[in-house]
Amino acid sequence: MPDQLLFAMEVTLNGLMAGVMYSLVALGFVLIFKASGVFNYAQGVLALFAALTLVGLQNGQVPFAHVINTIFGTNLHNFGWKLPALLAILLTAGVMVLLAVLIERLVLKHLVSQAPIILFMATIGLAYFLEGLGDVMWGADIKKLDVGLPQGISETIESITDRWFGYGFFIDNLDIVATVVAVILVASLTLFSQYSKQGRALRAVADDHQAALSVGISLRFIWVLVWSIAGFVALVAGIMWGAKSGVQFSLSLIALKALPVLMLGGFTSIPGAIVGGLIIGVGEKLFEFAAGPLVGGATENWFAYVLALLFLVFRPQGLFGERIIERV
Amino acid sequence: MLYREAGDFKTTYGEDGQTFPIRFDRMGYYVTLAVAFGVVPLVINDYWANAVFVPFLIYAIAAIGLNILVGYAGQVSLGTGGFMAVGAYAVYKLMTSFPDVPVLIHVLLAGGVTALVGVLFGLPSLRIKGFYLAVATLAAQFFLVWLFNKVPWFYNYSASGQITVPQSKMLGFYVTGAQTSASAKYLFSLVILVLLAIVARNLTRGAAGRKWMAIRDMDIAAEIIGVNPLKAKLSAFAVSSFFIGVAGALFFAVYLGAAEVTEAFSIQKSFLVLFMVIIGGLGSIFGSFAGAAFLVLLPVFLKNVLVGQLGWPTDLAAHLELMIVGALIVTFLIAEPHGMAQLWRLAKEKLRLWPFPH
Repeated sequence: MPDQLLFAMEVTLNGLMAGVMYSLVALGFVLIFKASGVFNYAQGVLALFAALTLVGLQNGQVPFAHVINTIFGTNLHNFGWKLPALLAILLTAGVMVLLAVLIERLVLKHLVSQAPIILFMATIGLAYFLEGLGDVMWGADIKKLDVGLPQGISETIESITDRWFGYGFFIDNLDIVATVVAVILVASLTLFSQYSKQGRALRAVADDHQAALSVGISLRFIWVLVWSIAGFVALVAGIMWGAKSGVQFSLSLIALKALPVLMLGGFTSIPGAIVGGLIIGVGEKLFEFAAGPLVGGATENWFAYVLALLFLVFRPQGLFGERIIERV
Repeated sequence: MLYREAGDFKTTYGEDGQTFPIRFDRMGYYVTLAVAFGVVPLVINDYWANAVFVPFLIYAIAAIGLNILVGYAGQVSLGTGGFMAVGAYAVYKLMTSFPDVPVLIHVLLAGGVTALVGVLFGLPSLRIKGFYLAVATLAAQFFLVWLFNKVPWFYNYSASGQITVPQSKMLGFYVTGAQTSASAKYLFSLVILVLLAIVARNLTRGAAGRKWMAIRDMDIAAEIIGVNPLKAKLSAFAVSSFFIGVAGALFFAVYLGAAEVTEAFSIQKSFLVLFMVIIGGLGSIFGSFAGAAFLVLLPVFLKNVLVGQLGWPTDLAAHLELMIVGALIVTFLIAEPHGMAQLWRLAKEKLRLWPFPH
C-alpha cells in the first residue's frame, strides 16, 4: 500500500479517537440541554473543576491554602496523605453532586421561565465563578493527573499493523481507554434513561416541562439529577483530558471544542453527540493532514466550526436534532 | 417634581420627534456632553485615560454595535472579538499603506471593511436560528483570529507577528502612537462615540430599527407584514459589524498601540462585550453605556481594593476577581434580567411621582 494512504489511515484512526474525547464533553451539554433547555457553557469548566478537585484530593492538598495563608499568615499546604485513585474519584463525584445541588439552589431555581439567552449568560457567569473557585481552592499551577491509566503508544496495535501493512500505526493507549470508557458511559446512560424510574422522569421532563410537572414529577429534583450526571460526565472527561495534557486552565477550553460537535449532531441528541464528535475528529485531523502544511497549520482551531457552519446551512437542526416546526 | 412631561408642550413636529422629549432628560444629556467635552479633557491624566475612560468609550461603541444585533435584531453573536480584530487589522493596513490620509477616515473605512465581513458571516443567519447561530458565529471568531495570525500579509511580515500603530496627527495633535496625550486619546474616542451613538439612536427608532425589532419579536410575522428578512438581518449584521469594527480599530490604534491578535481579540472579548450588552440591557442604547461602564470599572475597583487596600498577591486577587465577576453576573441576571436600563426605567417611573406619590 502507498505510504500516503497508510498515513491517512493512521490519521483517520487518531481522528476517531480524538472525536471520542470531544463526544465525552458534548454529552454533558446534550444531557443538560435536553432536560432543562439550558445551554450550559460551564460544562468545560466543570470538567476542569472536577479534574482539579480530583488531583487535590488525591494529593491531600489543603483547599483554599493560598487564601488561608494570606489572611492568617500560616503556612499550610498539604495534609500529608495520598488517597487511592478510586476513593478520590468517588469523593470527587460526591463534590460534583454537591455542586449540582448548589447550582440548582442558588442559580437555576431563580431563573425559571427566563429567556434562554439569560440562562446561557448565567452559565457563562457560572463558568467564570467556577474557574476562579478552582484556582483559589487548589492553586493555578499545572498539575499532573495520575489515576493509573495506561499511557504512551499501544504496542499491540503497532505490532499488528506492522505485520499487516509493514508500517506500525501510532495509537495512544489512553485514547483506547477513553473510547472504551465512552462506550460504557453511553451504554449505561442509555440503560439508565430507558429503564430506571428516574430516567423515565428525566425523559418526561425533556419532552415537556409542564406535562411532567402535572403528573407529579419534581422538576427541581430532576434538575439536580441532570446536573449531577453532567458533573459526573465532566469528571470522566476531566480525567481523560487531564491525563492526556495535564490539569490546567486550557482544559476548560475543551468546551469550545465540543460546541461544533453539538451543532453537527444536534443539541438534543445523544447519538448525535457521538457521531458528530467522530465526524469532527476525523474531519479536522484529515484536513490538517491534507491542507495544514499548505496554509500554515493550526487549522484545528477553526475547521470544526466552519464544517459545522456549512453543514448547518443545509440542515439547520443538525444531523439528529429535533426538527424545528414553526407555527404562525 | 423635576422629572415630568406635564406642562412641557410641543408646538412643532420637530420638537415632538426629538430624541429626548422630556426636558429633564434633555438637560441631563446636554450637561453630560458639556462635562465630557469641556471638563474631563482638562483634568484627565494617563492613569485615568488608560484604565477607565478610553476603554469605557471604546467598549461602549462595541456594546452599542452588539446591542443592535442582539438586542434589536435578536441575532445572538459570539464573534465580536473576531470582528474587532478585522477592524484593527483593517486600520493597520490602511494606516501603513496610506499614511497621509487622516486617521479618522481610516477608522471609518475599517468599520466599512468589517461591515462587509460581518455581512458575509451573517449569511447563515438566514437559515440558522437561536443557539445554533450563536455557536455558528464562533466560526467567525476562530477563523478570523487564525487568519490574522497565520497570513503574514496582514501584519506586514513583521518578525514578531505583532502589529504596531504608526504615529499620526489630526488637527496638529498626535492621536495615535507613543506621543499621544491622554486628553487627545480621550477626545478622539469621545467624538467618534458621540457621533456613532447619535446614528445608532436614530437608526433604532427609525424604519430600520422597527424592521429589526419586528424580526426579533417574530420573524415569520414580520415577513408577512412586508419586512424583508434578508435585508433586515443582513443590514443588522452590517451596521453592528461597522460599530464593532470601529471599536476594534480604536482599541488597537488608540488604546493598545500594539496588538497580538490571539491575545487582544480572543473569545474572552466576545464574552466581555456580550456581558456588557446583557447587564446593560438588551435593546437599549443607554444600557450599552451603562454595561460598558460597569464592566470597565468593576475590575479596576476590585483590583484597587484587593491589591491596593488589602495587599493581597496579584495572582490570588485575579482569581478572586474572576469569582466575583462571575457571581455578580449571576446575581445581576437573577435580580434584574432586563439589565441596568430597566433599573433606570423604573427609577424614572418613581421620579415622575417624586416627591408626591399620590
